[in-house]
Amino acid sequence: MTGKPILEIKGLHKRFGDHHVLKGIDFTVEPGERIAIIGGSGSGKSTFLRCMNFMETLSEGEIWLDGTRIGVEKKGTVTYPEKQLCQVRERLGMVFQQFNLFPHMSVLDNVMEGLVTVKGMSKAEARKTAEAELAKVGLSEKHDAWPGLLSGGQQQRVAIARALSMQPEILLFDEPTSSLDPELVGEVLRVIKQLAEEGRTMLLVTHELGFAYHFATKVIFLAEGVFHEVGTPDEVLKHPKQARTQDFLRRFGEFAF
Amino acid sequence: MDYSWDFGPVFEHFDMLALGMLNTVKIAVVSIVLGVLVGLVLAMMRLSTRKWLTIPALVFIEFYRNTPPIVHFFWFFYALPVMLAISLDPYFAAVLALSTQSGAFYAEVFRGGIVSIERGQWEGGRALGMTHSALMRRVIVPQAISRMVPPFIERSFELLKTTALASTLAYADLLYQAMLVNAETFRPLEVYTTIALMYLVLLVTASQLARLAEARLTAYQ
Ligand SMILES: Nc1ncnc2c1ncn2[C@@H]1O[C@H](COP(=O)(O)OP(=O)(O)O)[C@@H](O)[C@H]1O
Ligand SMILES: [Mg+2]
Repeated sequence: MTGKPILEIKGLHKRFGDHHVLKGIDFTVEPGERIAIIGGSGSGKSTFLRCMNFMETLSEGEIWLDGTRIGVEKKGTVTYPEKQLCQVRERLGMVFQQFNLFPHMSVLDNVMEGLVTVKGMSKAEARKTAEAELAKVGLSEKHDAWPGLLSGGQQQRVAIARALSMQPEILLFDEPTSSLDPELVGEVLRVIKQLAEEGRTMLLVTHELGFAYHFATKVIFLAEGVFHEVGTPDEVLKHPKQARTQDFLRRFGEFAF
Repeated sequence: MDYSWDFGPVFEHFDMLALGMLNTVKIAVVSIVLGVLVGLVLAMMRLSTRKWLTIPALVFIEFYRNTPPIVHFFWFFYALPVMLAISLDPYFAAVLALSTQSGAFYAEVFRGGIVSIERGQWEGGRALGMTHSALMRRVIVPQAISRMVPPFIERSFELLKTTALASTLAYADLLYQAMLVNAETFRPLEVYTTIALMYLVLLVTASQLARLAEARLTAYQ
């Protein structure tokens, strides 16, 4: 793909104490890219996504958004003012494995929350936007429900609507279907597919390799804290060059038929 | 036992007991309100990341948790006035003792409620771009409150019962008034049975009110 990157990561390291999880990652996201990130459990996939919107502090490295470096450098040390991080997070929507909906708010209020509290929209306007987003994920009927009473698939679709309501430039999905019963995975993947068709820029951490194959414009295999293999879905998922990628995919395909 | 019960003399002085009960309620309500304020401040100090805030709060809380309540009453009534060269009337000394005691316990109730909220709730809000304070106000505190309600109520009942210690400072609470009535009537069995029942009525009423409040505050769960 050509075009100016929306997001650029340079030399990202992340350590938790002595545990060196990400070991120098350089990475760019261009408009319209759909990047699937795969890798073993504990390989740092979530940590990588979470560094992008500063849910984790970076141990080293720089993140640039639209050509602007995030953070304020003063006398050699970089600080991250809360206001700036909030703006970054507003621009990078995130969807979690565990949905993280607000259980004390109705479905509609969940989707309105960011619009009212962060964007400062009027309630009436926020309601209209939220209703449209909920319609898009097929949950118009559930406005007044408590999230806790919905199925996992419905909750995740509300979470997607909540993220979409903020009009993010990039969507980050962290294993959005991993905590769902198998029969509910489809309804969430269909919504993500629909977003792909709209040409949205997305990063998806997933173990649904079949979906990743059709969904992604680029696949990254994360291992040992680095991008072990990067390429098109065909290159990485069908014809992996690295032994470690081959091994990972073989273990994943073990029970396929 | 051929004791013949006679509540007559007690009922003749029922106005004194009623006044005592009123004073008990008054000191309890005032102390709960002030205790909540003390508790909020202490809880915020405890939740802070700054050691110069957390340590004093921790010392305060541990002090109250590990000393007998009656000592606090005596300290505020007999010791504090010496230190400040003032005199405190029993009411103020008792309110100070009760509200600082309950504040120390409420602080743990409030802090416990906040820290019990799952990490995912913080992340869900932060990912939307909410500031720390907006997140607290809109997401964390509303959920924490419903978890704080049961231990808060329990603590407040404890306080209501502890008000009886104010009688040791000659504050005219229900127990103190009972002692006066007893001195006049020489009917300890009837007097103390009566006030035990009055305390019972008070606490049962309070618990009914608390249950209503609890049902409203924990509706979504
Ligand atoms: N907050 C944290 N504190 C300490 N270690 C962490 C923390 N978060 C993640 N880790 C560790 O970092 C590694 C990568 O975790 P994670 O990014 O969640 O992996 P993945 O999403 O690929 O399963 C794991 O070994 C995990 O135990
Ligand atoms: Mg993960």
